[in-house]
Amino acid sequence: MSRSDPLRSLSDKVRPLALARDHSLPLSPALRDLVPSGAIQRGSTVLVTADAGGPQGATSLAFALVAAASDAGSWCAAVGFPDLGAVAVAELGVDLDRLALVPRPEPAQWISVMGALLDAVDVVIVRPPARLRVGDCRRLTARARERKTVLIPVGSWVEGADVRLTVTGSWWEGLGAGDGCLRTRRLEVTANGRGAAARPHHATLWLPHDAAAYAGADADLLPDPAPAETGPLRSAG
Amino acid sequence: MTRTLVVWCPDWPLVAAGIPPGVPAAVFHANRVVACTAAARAEGVGKGLRRREAQSRCPDLVIEQHNPARDARAFEPVIAAVEAFTTGVELSRPGTCALATRGPSRYFGGDEALARGIREKVDAVLAGRGEPSRVGIADGPFTAAMAARRDTLVPRGGSAAFLAPFPLSVLDEPDLTDLLHRLGLHTLGTFAALPATEVTARFGPVGEVAHRRAQGRDDRDIVGREPPPDLAVQVSLDPPADRVDTAAFAAKSMADELCGSLAASGLACTCLLVEAETEHGEHLRRVWRHHRAFTPATIAERVRWQLDAWLAETTRCGCPLGAPCPGGEPCPSGEPCPGGGACPNPVGGTSGGLILLRLAPEEVDRAHARQGGFWGGITEADDRAARGLARVQAILGPEGVVTAVLGGGRGPYEQVRLVPWGEPRTTAQPQPRATAQPQPRATAQPQPPRPRKNEAKAGTRVRTSGRSPSPTEQPAWPGRVPRPFPVCTPGHPDPAQVVDDRGRSVGVSSRSLLTHAPAQLSIAGGPWQPITTWAGPWTADERWWDPAAHRRRARLQVMVATGGAYLVTLEGGRWWLEATYD
Repeated sequence: MSRSDPLRSLSDKVRPLALARDHSLPLSPALRDLVPSGAIQRGSTVLVTADAGGPQGATSLAFALVAAASDAGSWCAAVGFPDLGAVAVAELGVDLDRLALVPRPEPAQWISVMGALLDAVDVVIVRPPARLRVGDCRRLTARARERKTVLIPVGSWVEGADVRLTVTGSWWEGLGAGDGCLRTRRLEVTANGRGAAARPHHATLWLPHDAAAYAGADADLLPDPAPAETGPLRSAG
Repeated sequence: MTRTLVVWCPDWPLVAAGIPPGVPAAVFHANRVVACTAAARAEGVGKGLRRREAQSRCPDLVIEQHNPARDARAFEPVIAAVEAFTTGVELSRPGTCALATRGPSRYFGGDEALARGIREKVDAVLAGRGEPSRVGIADGPFTAAMAARRDTLVPRGGSAAFLAPFPLSVLDEPDLTDLLHRLGLHTLGTFAALPATEVTARFGPVGEVAHRRAQGRDDRDIVGREPPPDLAVQVSLDPPADRVDTAAFAAKSMADELCGSLAASGLACTCLLVEAETEHGEHLRRVWRHHRAFTPATIAERVRWQLDAWLAETTRCGCPLGAPCPGGEPCPSGEPCPGGGACPNPVGGTSGGLILLRLAPEEVDRAHARQGGFWGGITEADDRAARGLARVQAILGPEGVVTAVLGGGRGPYEQVRLVPWGEPRTTAQPQPRATAQPQPRATAQPQPPRPRKNEAKAGTRVRTSGRSPSPTEQPAWPGRVPRPFPVCTPGHPDPAQVVDDRGRSVGVSSRSLLTHAPAQLSIAGGPWQPITTWAGPWTADERWWDPAAHRRRARLQVMVATGGAYLVTLEGGRWWLEATYD
């Protein structure tokens, strides 16, 4: 490696400019073709839901969305997941040091808790309560946009989502009739929404998407390996 | 010579370790006994004995490691009890403290009354955890320590006569004692009878000091310790503060004062107790933690949140559920009481203004250990998150916001421990890596789907045989279900049913094999779902050495026709839905 690497990282740290990429949170390579820009815009609301008939995978997809951002130092909060399997969340790539859980917010205080969290952290993943008012949804979406926080409701959101990711199918690989074990899962996801994301877009994902999980899956079914990351070239000084 | 009182708590290291005197136990340091209980002494265990020798004399001896810090910590309440009588108490060593009796003896009505008072107070602190304390008063600290062993009062001028029969070993000078023994001197009395000039000439300064002690002429002064400063700050509010901003304003200046006095001692507060009292005698308290250190601004902020929450809290009905509330309509407990102020059992809420506000640091740390770096470390975003999460804690209570800490375990639920936000995130058990980076261990996946039962047992035994794994060594959890882990793991699993194609319930044989091939699954009495593929069982026989905590479980991964995958567990003849791969 060249001598300029530490210099480049230093120049990244002291740079006063706000670049376009600072207005968005990074996505892991496997999830980039879900949304048009390949990243989640700060301040947007991304609804993760599943088709009627109930394929699983919405919760995993929601946490996989924040994995890269969490790894890059963003703070996340998860509201209303009393049964969350934190091992699985860590395995998806979320840094548990920067994940705050509010497992059981009292219904009367749900709005004020959400408001405080949208002010505090970069991403709020929420499973909304069963009875959700349109007004509350609008207020929280607006607050997220104002505070540049990404709001990821899982399950339902009455209105105002910028991107809607719907899991239409989920199949696990690796199990047999009494042999093997769960290895990886193929998720069929449909993305639509507003603005640039308006055109419905279908994608197939693998979760968990690391190399070890691929080891036993059918080679034909696997996507091409993600292209290697190339950082933007920028000379220091 | 200073008339001295010595308080001695026998076998203090064992009291500090929480071992009752009836249990034969000993504290070891460098393979030698440093203290033992009365029960162990009755079996022949004594100070200085080697561990193997002690264990051969008393086979069921409980062994404790020497921990001076714990001993000193546990002795602190005793010192505080003695300091109620006088300041200037000297901590000789954990278990023994000394004080000059001149002032307090006169105040409390003589030596005997003082000794009795101190003994009662100390025994009240000990609360039967060890043998009763012993108090001795004599001229000079050394004689008083000997008097404390006998729990007696030595009259003025009676030191030499009192000390004469003691063996030389009480001088705690092994070389000198050994030499004197060989010279035919065995008691303090015979040693004290030697002329002082000859002793100094023959044994030097060490001999001279020992000789003076043996004669009861120990003129060492008591070096009293300085009591730790009381850092708590409190303010009486007069007139009572009935608005949040009035009290918060007072809290700001208190916070300044508290942080100033902490900084003067080089300390920073990481855990703070905020207490308030209303004019009707209600006492409100809450503990706050800070991940780094409290500053005046953050303290004032938390006091304000706390007061906001208290004053916003409405009075609820405390009547038993469904019982008619005499104050009004029958009301469900937990709802705002329709009877209003007439309810006889109100719960929560505050009445009246605040008359007292108190800030007490619960935990402090060295200030320099809590400073952020220039780059890296704690950033602005971290501070913003910390403030916001503390705000949510003010709304929901400290347990309302948690973070997850990974530990060891076989089931996905057991591997996670939830700690309230702000508490230290320490792992109780060595932590297996479960991150997105492929680990060398992970490439070895999948584990054999059918681990043998004896293998699981052998693995468990290794962990409990006293061999602690080294920091780099990852503990193995035989019988653990391999990655990926399920994302939904309820703490209270739903019951499930797993049957084969002829409707017979599936079981696991003693050889860890399924009795039938699973074909259908029903969750919590729901509809039957056909099982398309499955794997397992992963059997785990955990804590077989403890009948109360012993659990035998067999886990099965199943996938149903809709594509949903579940982890079902057989325990005690029943199936449970342990987790969902949502």
